[in-house]
Amino acid sequence: MRQRPVADVSHLPTYDFGAASPMWWGTLAFIALEATGFALAIGTYFYLAVLAPHWPIGAPAPDLLPGTTVLVILLASIVPNHLLELWARRQDLAKVRLGMIIMSIAGILPLIVRVWEFPALRISWDQNAYGSIVWFLLGLHTTHLLTDVGDTIVLAVLMFTPKGKAGRRFSDVSDNAFYWDFVVVSWVVLYLIIYWVPRM
Amino acid sequence: MSGVAGTSAKHEQEVLKGVRDTGLDEARLRAFLAHAWRTPKGLYGWLVTVDHKLIGRRYIVTAFLFLILAGLSALAMRFQLARPEAGYIGPDLYNQLFTMHGTTMMFLFAVPVMEAFAIYLVPLMIGTRNVAFPRLNAFSYWVYLFGGLMIWIAFAFETGADAGWFSYVPLAGPEYGIGKRPDFWAQMVTYTEVSALAVAVEIIATVFKQRAPGMSLDRIPLYVWSVLVTAFVILFAMPAVMVSSTMLILDRLVGTKFFDPAAGGDALLWQHLFWFFGHPEVYIIFIPATGFVSAILPTFARRPVFGYLGIVLSLVAIGFLSFGLWVHHMFATGLPQLGESFFTASSMMIAIPSGIQIFCWIATIWGGRPSFATPMLFVLGFIFTFVIGGLTGVMVASVPLDLQVHDTYFVVAHFHYVLVGGAVFPLLGAVYYWFPKITGRMLSERLGRWNFWLVFLGFNLTFFPMHILGLQGMPRRVYTYPPASGWGEMNLFISLSSLVVFAGFALFFLNILLSLRNGRIAGDNPWQASTLEWATASPPPSYDFSRLPVVNHREPLWAEPDMLLVVEGLRVDAREVLAGTVADAVPQLRVPSADNSIWPLLSAIAVGGAFLGSIFTPWAVVWGAIPVSIGFICWFWPKGEPEDEE
Repeated sequence: MRQRPVADVSHLPTYDFGAASPMWWGTLAFIALEATGFALAIGTYFYLAVLAPHWPIGAPAPDLLPGTTVLVILLASIVPNHLLELWARRQDLAKVRLGMIIMSIAGILPLIVRVWEFPALRISWDQNAYGSIVWFLLGLHTTHLLTDVGDTIVLAVLMFTPKGKAGRRFSDVSDNAFYWDFVVVSWVVLYLIIYWVPRM
Repeated sequence: MSGVAGTSAKHEQEVLKGVRDTGLDEARLRAFLAHAWRTPKGLYGWLVTVDHKLIGRRYIVTAFLFLILAGLSALAMRFQLARPEAGYIGPDLYNQLFTMHGTTMMFLFAVPVMEAFAIYLVPLMIGTRNVAFPRLNAFSYWVYLFGGLMIWIAFAFETGADAGWFSYVPLAGPEYGIGKRPDFWAQMVTYTEVSALAVAVEIIATVFKQRAPGMSLDRIPLYVWSVLVTAFVILFAMPAVMVSSTMLILDRLVGTKFFDPAAGGDALLWQHLFWFFGHPEVYIIFIPATGFVSAILPTFARRPVFGYLGIVLSLVAIGFLSFGLWVHHMFATGLPQLGESFFTASSMMIAIPSGIQIFCWIATIWGGRPSFATPMLFVLGFIFTFVIGGLTGVMVASVPLDLQVHDTYFVVAHFHYVLVGGAVFPLLGAVYYWFPKITGRMLSERLGRWNFWLVFLGFNLTFFPMHILGLQGMPRRVYTYPPASGWGEMNLFISLSSLVVFAGFALFFLNILLSLRNGRIAGDNPWQASTLEWATASPPPSYDFSRLPVVNHREPLWAEPDMLLVVEGLRVDAREVLAGTVADAVPQLRVPSADNSIWPLLSAIAVGGAFLGSIFTPWAVVWGAIPVSIGFICWFWPKGEPEDEE
């Protein structure tokens, strides 16, 4: 088949931020499917709660301290996260490096607190369905947190290598920051359910 | 490409880093592109490739191999049921056979084969060179393969899943599920869902971002619309079965109590979660099949499809409504009547967009000059069969009728009409239609006609009598029945008819094997079709198009049959594709496309190992995380890609 050139795309950039980038859409799709997983787990929680004569079943409401600490850390991390996003869009390598270190720490801290959070549920996963679902919710978020922290640390290391200077890395940093917002928002919802629904 | 051309292209690349296609003559352009988009030869190339066509093709072949396994298990069941109180197959093996049949057909054949075609066709139909995340695509195939192999190897060692394809608790729970059988089932689900979700994500990103310049939303081929809607259904449905199968395996492995009523759990919770996925699953299979129909029909009716907008809106409506039907699988569980009425209404409502599509197709045939090649025969067979399946669907959507025929052969007849008639017939039509594109050779029309009539008549002779058997009260999932039931003659008739279907499929595979070698050379566009995949060679080169097409019409090849409008300015020394705006496909970026890599395979092995180990100990997840992390880090770590220099 003969061809007739009708457009020249040579001037187009090779990376951009947000909805212009295919990776951003991929990230959004992963957020959507993980959010669906969370929503179904939350649906299960309420399904079991409605069935049970008393909720929580055979256990006191969970201890508030560790979960609230995680909430405070995650909420506080929104500030550096958005600064990092801004620096990434400005392609300011020095500040992005600093931001990645801060965000790596902001990811590790809640994971450390989480060691105390599981016992603070004050029920074991195999005691009854209530125990099973709260461990499941917390486990789901922990997996989520772990994978994103792993991702953040690898990207942080990458930013300190010569490969970090490539323009598209800034776009990766921006997508990573986008995903972190989801980690924080999902914890706000899960925190309210795990810690406050049993107190209602 | 010859070796000399390859060497010279490599040499030129060193000299001309960042060279563009602008003004390059066709021979040099092709030499450059063939080098940039090559898959290495031999086994290594086979393991590292990220070419969507190679991966799509192996997905298709693998899915059809699983179809053969599932088909043979069906044949074994028909052998056992051919006469009352036959003793060929005992109850234990029979349980495994029907479970493996259903599980394989749904999880390892129907969903993957639909995705496989999407992986192969979508980049070609929207005018790009690969899917958005090519390595994720490769990864998804390996994970799918490992899941399928795992459950069938377990079956070979008498550990085949045996609690039905929906693995209800308590039968599959810790109390009644024998040994590791349900665990293999649950983890197979995890593998295949990871794979399906990965494909859904890449299809969404590809269709949203990588369409040819000018391919606005109202110019997207209907087949691509159908797989886009399907990808969204996968995105929101599959997590349900991952959540539920994880809960099942946790109940069995570490003693959680999700489904244990004695400890505050609930057996019906399983059914809700499973069918929240399971009903959309039917549409995950059916929607792409309607896409096949909408692609094949206009070509053979020789006119644009009637009611493009109506069909697109119907597809989207079906996608939404498919999430509001799941409870109609649970009418016999004693749910509140108000809920049942709601789900009856929504189940009937989905007949409306399905009906709109069917009327649009009929109008397309009506207003065209139809020719009846084999793909078209399968489409007509589909319309006939699916309408019957749809009608019995409206019947069983009604609670009183459903309670009568629940768990009988009436339901077996209904869903085979919907799934085989609604999805497998269009699929076979699609194979006849796109085989020339994929292989460069035509399938035999003569064998094709025999194939169609044997499968079509055999199918109806096999499954129509099951309606009657069901109304007479024959239950599903029984390994035998007493002579006094009076079901013997009809069962013998069904078993004999199933041999006709078998013969039809044997001809199908024979046709493929013979045509691969001796089929007529197809040329670029043997059917004179209108969409972009027919604008490139058959089979397409590794880079799909030498220059990326521009679209200014819904049927680009009918609007300008001899001339392809193209863009210039892309790099040819490295893999590059165009990304554009979501609604209007205005080019925004020249984005690099990932090169071959061994890491998707190694990551899939690590993930597969962790899943497999978790059947035996929860610690497998902890220790398995180490190789999984290593795999993913090596996968994503940049390795001096040429585009990083920009």
